[in-house]
Amino acid sequence: MNKPTASPPTKIPSRDIKTIVNAGLARRHAAERRFRWYGLIAITLGLTFVVLMFANIIGKGYPAFWQTYIQVPITFDATVIDPQGNRDPQAIETADYAGLVRAGMRQLFPTVQGRLELRALYGLVSSDAAHELQDRVLQNPALIGASQEVWLLASASVDTLLKGNIDRTLDESERPIKDNQIEWVDKLQAAGKIEKQFNTILFTSGDSREPEQAGIRGALMGSFFTLLVTFLLSFPIGVATAVYLEEFAPKNRWTDLIEVNINNLAAVPSIVFGLLGLAVFINFFGLPRSAPLVGGLVLSLMTLPVIIIAGRAALTSVPPSIREAALGMGASKLQMVGHHVLPLAMPGMLTGSIIGMARALGESAPLLMIGMVAFIVDVPKGLMDPSTVLPVQIYLWSDLPERAFVERTSAAIMVLLAFMILMNGLAILLRKRFERRW
Amino acid sequence: MSTTALETKVALDQALDLNTAPRKQSSVEVTDYDNRQTVGKITVDHPKMVCRGVNVYYGEKHAIKNVGLDIGANEVIAFIGPSGCGKSTFLRCLNRMNDTISICRITGQIKLDEDDIYDKSVDVVQLRARVGMVFQKPNPFPKSIYENVAYGPRIHGMVNTKAELDDLVRDSLERAGLIKEVEKRMNEPGTSLSGGQQQRLCIARAIAVNPEVILMDEPCSALDPIATAKIEELIDELRENYTIIIVTHSMQQAARVSQRTAYFHLGDLIEVGETDQIFTNPKHKLTEDYITGRFG
Repeated sequence: MNKPTASPPTKIPSRDIKTIVNAGLARRHAAERRFRWYGLIAITLGLTFVVLMFANIIGKGYPAFWQTYIQVPITFDATVIDPQGNRDPQAIETADYAGLVRAGMRQLFPTVQGRLELRALYGLVSSDAAHELQDRVLQNPALIGASQEVWLLASASVDTLLKGNIDRTLDESERPIKDNQIEWVDKLQAAGKIEKQFNTILFTSGDSREPEQAGIRGALMGSFFTLLVTFLLSFPIGVATAVYLEEFAPKNRWTDLIEVNINNLAAVPSIVFGLLGLAVFINFFGLPRSAPLVGGLVLSLMTLPVIIIAGRAALTSVPPSIREAALGMGASKLQMVGHHVLPLAMPGMLTGSIIGMARALGESAPLLMIGMVAFIVDVPKGLMDPSTVLPVQIYLWSDLPERAFVERTSAAIMVLLAFMILMNGLAILLRKRFERRW
Repeated sequence: MSTTALETKVALDQALDLNTAPRKQSSVEVTDYDNRQTVGKITVDHPKMVCRGVNVYYGEKHAIKNVGLDIGANEVIAFIGPSGCGKSTFLRCLNRMNDTISICRITGQIKLDEDDIYDKSVDVVQLRARVGMVFQKPNPFPKSIYENVAYGPRIHGMVNTKAELDDLVRDSLERAGLIKEVEKRMNEPGTSLSGGQQQRLCIARAIAVNPEVILMDEPCSALDPIATAKIEELIDELRENYTIIIVTHSMQQAARVSQRTAYFHLGDLIEVGETDQIFTNPKHKLTEDYITGRFG
């Protein structure tokens, strides 16, 4: 205390320190500035690509939300629909509605003659138009005998023409639409009998070979059922595993081994899980192919390690003082976990699970292996119905040459991205809302 | 003179004032630093807890070495000693909190009344209901004030009706001297209280299950002097109904609140005796060195 502490080093005179530091200052500041620039450049590059990607997808996919309809005068001829006059539902259902559509088209252009010409004329409306009429009559039999102007779905080539995606200057044989058809479309347009309406079919119908009738409803429901199975299986199992490993399991070589393996599982390529699902669930257990149940089982295998790892991280972040407080009060270990640790860790666990589920939603490779890549027109109604999922639907459509499928592919990507953003937003919301309550 | 020495001198003066016992110049009987035999009377007339031959190992480290000590009913006993001396470890043996540390091994005997607490027939849940604990850092549950106090009675099934529970919660908060401050805000989170209030909430939580012994592990180390004074006052009142064991770094606090004091050094129980005697006439050189601030 009384003795002076170590004297300053005498080697370098103290006034020189200033010059020495100053000499290096410029270099240090330059390094700092350079680093900042690198960071800015990296972020700008990344953002540019994100913007480009979104611009490309939205630019291509936006038109798919609009669909061309043609206004056709339809006479619901009683002699065609209900020749017996007894309103027999079966007779009404099987009537020749395509004939009504054809008659309507002839009424629009009465001058068109000849088989080929007429066929070209009928080709302006979609083959789905007959079903549309059938639905209307079945819903409202009073229509029989009446006449009505009906907006009928135009065929995909008309739709593509109106969206400006067909070059009119090309030779007739090189475009999907004939000269006379273009002429009729122009006439209809001049008469205001053709217009674009919001494309509800995209959201209400399943896949189809005809682009104008193809929708993502089937894939959406397939994704929903698959994710439902995934969540119901992987969340409880994942949380229980995380709790057991973190709170109850003895720390020994076996638990270390299990931990290493869980971490490895998280890094396994997803297609391997598909092969596993094919071998175990379909070939061994005999579950049906293409079923959301099997898809959910496979995606659960893939999501489980993510949930377990996130769950364990959430559990370790609960302060030990809370555990001690509970144990000190005489709570049993299960009570400590159930009453205090788990509720505090739950937001973190949910966040991890939602991110895992978002990953499962975007997964396609393992589902290809279990047959969810099939062409399925019907919207699945349950866990055992054959179905596909959104990413696989995107993959299927991206393979098709028609222009209308190109825009539908982008539209489906937009819907998928919207769900992804929604799920990640939910995860952020949960984290912000519940984080750090202690 | 260094600051710590000065502080300790003040502390010692305070201790002297408090006890008003004349100090003998040379009270030390054991001058050999290497003699680690416990000095003083480890037994009491009405023991609540009896510890004999307690050894604690953390893996290879021998943290508590053959400690024998009686804790009398309705007394406040303070454990003092330099950091790492094992006083907290020993305290945590008394309600088996060390069980949660997998590498920790304990031998010897600790009895609460007639029950050996390390016997297979004793369940830790039951033991911890009888031996409550207050920790160094206030650690209320992130729940409402009411729920904090109600937690113990609820998990042990001590009450049958909501009205009984309400009464018990109010009574516990009252005995912890907190009721006036929280009466109007029972449903606010316990973590919204100030540090001192939180610690009194933790005490209320501990006494809500009506334990026989309360362990306090440096309960005031995170609190300011005013909050500390309130807790000390509370400890004095609680002595009527409970046996209290308090670990403290503050010698003034040990002198103020305890009747007996035990001095630990590197895992050994060096000296135990009446608090007045320990602070005025320490019998072991190590104890004297510690309380006079030569190390610590």
